[in-house]
Amino acid sequence: MQLTNRSKVINKKKLNWVESLYLPAIFSGMIITIKHFFKKAATTRYPEEKRYIAPVYRGVHVLKRNDKGQENCTACGLCAVSCPAEAITIVAAERQKGEEHLYKKEKYAAMYEINMLRCIFCGICEEACPEDSIYLTDRILPSNYQRNNFIYGKDLLVEGIKPEERIDIGVRKKHYEMNEKPRV
Amino acid sequence: MDWSILLDKTILIVIIFVISLAIAAYSTYGERKVAAFLQDRIGPDRAGPFGLLQPLADGLKFFLKEEIIPTASDKFLFIIGPCIFMMTALMTSAIIPWGMPLHFGSHVFSLQVADLNVGILYLLAVVSIGGYGIMIGGWSSNNKFALLGALRASSQMISYELSMGMAIIALLLLSQSLSIREIVDMQQGFHWNVFYQPVGFLIFLICAFAECNRAPFDLPESESELVGGYHTEYSSMKLGLFLFAEYINMFISSAIISCLFFGGYHFPGIDSLGLSPNWAAIVSIIVLFAKIFFFIFFFMWVRWTVPRFRYDQLMRLGWKILIPLSILNVLATGAWLTFFK
Repeated sequence: MQLTNRSKVINKKKLNWVESLYLPAIFSGMIITIKHFFKKAATTRYPEEKRYIAPVYRGVHVLKRNDKGQENCTACGLCAVSCPAEAITIVAAERQKGEEHLYKKEKYAAMYEINMLRCIFCGICEEACPEDSIYLTDRILPSNYQRNNFIYGKDLLVEGIKPEERIDIGVRKKHYEMNEKPRV
Repeated sequence: MDWSILLDKTILIVIIFVISLAIAAYSTYGERKVAAFLQDRIGPDRAGPFGLLQPLADGLKFFLKEEIIPTASDKFLFIIGPCIFMMTALMTSAIIPWGMPLHFGSHVFSLQVADLNVGILYLLAVVSIGGYGIMIGGWSSNNKFALLGALRASSQMISYELSMGMAIIALLLLSQSLSIREIVDMQQGFHWNVFYQPVGFLIFLICAFAECNRAPFDLPESESELVGGYHTEYSSMKLGLFLFAEYINMFISSAIISCLFFGGYHFPGIDSLGLSPNWAAIVSIIVLFAKIFFFIFFFMWVRWTVPRFRYDQLMRLGWKILIPLSILNVLATGAWLTFFK
């Protein structure tokens, strides 16, 4: 079966006199390289330029807050249950008086950890979440020297309250609207 | 009078020394940029505008690196190896005529350090001493890879020097002189030797690649098989000297190719411009450097196109193809000069 037209039949015939000089071959090779000299470079100068990241890209997670600045997460545990890599650990707690501005419902996650070394970035936690809380963003997981630094707690996962600290997931939401996010 | 000659030559030597080093430094930058462009990349662009300060950063890094001399090595030879290599690389620049003489009143400032009447013999002699730098460096390291690299380098240099000499002999038959300035002046107008000696030029070019240890003849240092070849054990600025001398060699051999085969500082139509002698001299320098830069680019262009030879292929090419071909070339040139001229 032929998949592409790029395959070539190997020709093992003896080189003729001109070919055995190699010079024509070297010359044509040099023509090829000089053509590339004038082509546009494929490089993206990373910190200044960023390449286009598709809406389907699944990067580092974020725990969203609602418009009032309350955490959406209710520590229901569906994400942890659905996680095929068992990367999520949740400890739930009850909301106390005076904490209403922090948490959306009476129950919240006192601890929410994702082990980024176990996580396979499949996005099933996002599909499982009934509270519009966890989302996978276009951010790239940075490298680290210590293994324990890859266990991301609430300090790294929950977005900030201030508008400029919010993490935009509009593209991702739109992608789900167009492709019917399967809600649990 | 003697003092003025001494002064002239000292000034010229210092200028050429500085220019050689600067060009060698920027060849490393050029090499990386050319490599990048040939491979659809950008190349170094972080140090300074367009990465122009990259050679300075590299040089500084070399100076700051720890200097390691292996305990099993012969310390004296280990140090003297890169020195010889660098020295011979710089010495070859003495016989190259960089341009027409400059005139300051009645004083004539010749742009050639030494117009030796045996210039080409001097060139061959100094180039073959350069092989000792690599051999001594590789042997004194007391390392298998370095020794293999040095062995390869010496046998390669000996093999290719023969056909290089033969190619030059055919050229000498034409020019009737060993002085490089006379050879250059003979090519005035458009009588470039490359048109009279195309085969000789090809042989000389291939041998120049081999003498400079440039790809596709970079077997002495072949990174993928010999770690670093003869400079495996070297570190800090001694390694820098080896790498630097290689680029100076490239610069000088580009200069020699342009002088011997491409009319040196002459350019067709340079006389019809009606320039004053000094302006003509400046234009001639620019012309020579344009030719040199083209050949440096050519060296890099070939490096990033052609893969490395296998060792037996290298020897076969040197002994079985280039030497017979260059002898034939000498015979053909001699016959042509005897019977048709």
